[in-house]
Amino acid sequence: MEDAVLFNLRDERQSAWESVLNYFRKRSMWMLYYCTGCGAIELPPSMTSRYDMERFGMGPMATPRQADLLLITGYLSVKTLKRVIYSYEQMQEPKYVVGFGSCPINGGIYWDSYPVINHLELFMPVDMSIAGCMPRPQAVLDAFQKLMAEIQDGHAVGYKRYRKHYDWYKRNQDAVLARTEAVLEPWEDPFSDPALVESLWNDAPEEIKENREVRHDA
Amino acid sequence: MRFLHMLPQLLGVSFLAMAIGLLLMGLGRQFTARLQRRVGPPFYQAYIDVLKCFSKGSITHGFVMDLGSIMSLAGLLATAYYVPFVQWTATGSGSLVIILYMMTIGYLGMAMGVSASGNPQAPLGISRALALMFGYKIPLVMVILAMILVTGTSDLLNIVNAQQGGPSHWFLLKFPIGFLAVEIAFQGMIGERPYDMMIAPAEIASGPMVELSGKYLGLAFLLHSVQLYVETALIVNLFLGGAANPATFFGKQVVVYLTSMAVNAVMARYRIEQGIAHLWKWAGSLAFIQLLTIKGGF
Repeated sequence: MEDAVLFNLRDERQSAWESVLNYFRKRSMWMLYYCTGCGAIELPPSMTSRYDMERFGMGPMATPRQADLLLITGYLSVKTLKRVIYSYEQMQEPKYVVGFGSCPINGGIYWDSYPVINHLELFMPVDMSIAGCMPRPQAVLDAFQKLMAEIQDGHAVGYKRYRKHYDWYKRNQDAVLARTEAVLEPWEDPFSDPALVESLWNDAPEEIKENREVRHDA
Repeated sequence: MRFLHMLPQLLGVSFLAMAIGLLLMGLGRQFTARLQRRVGPPFYQAYIDVLKCFSKGSITHGFVMDLGSIMSLAGLLATAYYVPFVQWTATGSGSLVIILYMMTIGYLGMAMGVSASGNPQAPLGISRALALMFGYKIPLVMVILAMILVTGTSDLLNIVNAQQGGPSHWFLLKFPIGFLAVEIAFQGMIGERPYDMMIAPAEIASGPMVELSGKYLGLAFLLHSVQLYVETALIVNLFLGGAANPATFFGKQVVVYLTSMAVNAVMARYRIEQGIAHLWKWAGSLAFIQLLTIKGGF
């Protein structure tokens, strides 16, 4: 079955037609910003006269159906994660995810909080993460330009990764979303154990692990 | 056979209407950006947006949605065949009755298509759009009636001919009250602020477009572009004396559209009942005064 999948990640050869389409995709990214945390406050200055995101063809959109770019602007609680996954799956391909700040990367200052997830990448593919608490508009625009370059090169293919390794993502989602159900007796959160998170990563398909390293080194 | 004979003209006008409409959209966005002291997107941004939309995946909610999307675009393109471009129409006729009749098909097609999506925000936006239509159609029809009374013809080509001989013959200077009424109605026709309550992204999640993805959104963009072309061309023909060459005609369209975008940039949004009341009160009374002055022979 693997042979039937016509893509792989970093060394994907994109056709000339695809690279033409990628030019239009990178020059016209419409955002759906999921204002979960403090990162949303950095977006108005990025969009308005001071930093003017619209000169790159970027703009806000009202619904997931219309959007190309999902912005996770801050920490994600487990209940929010469920809605983020719904929104992500409503978006049409090609679609890209940008994580704002430390929280989607490793939990940030909420790393030991019981309702907050620490590693967004375990549950959905992240194409670009912006470190900082919070990243300033300069950093945000810099990240968007890097994302545009990645789209042009055909490297921002998180949505293909999600489709190909859906079982792995789905397993992690199910494991963490179990926390949203009511518990009537003392219950230990499986995700509080770093060893478990490590083992989830060890189970990850090679492509995802590879991509994780590349992304973190960059 | 006559249809086959006309096919190249019809296709030409279709592409022309979309190309001009998208260019107007891009220029409008850049103009708004400059008003806000931003750099703004390039003037060809709307072309990029449409091509990107057509390169994306899309979700249909059934046959009615497909039909509605196509029907709305087809209805407005059919209108474009009757609107003179530089004293020429694809069908050879510029009947204002047909134009007014056909323009509604665009909205009805959109209403049918997006209501089939099942999202409650979409019919909400459509009901606002159709309610607003009552607001701007009445002043528009009154002014058009006045122009028909003046010129004695309902053919837009003849109305353009009646204004030949320099700017002093334009109906803009002869009937400024009617022009003002149509400008206010135009703001509602293209759905810009203060009459953008049918889109209202922060309120009803962009209304009719809420479930449109990929190619359907691309079609909605094309629909809006043809709408802009038709409505700006209508005003240019009615009041600005048409044009002798395409460049002048396009220049006048740009002036009409950017005037509206300037108002859009500084206004806030009305509620739906405020919008209709405003249109009837101001545009309606201006149009009525214009009609009275013409009928009274002033």
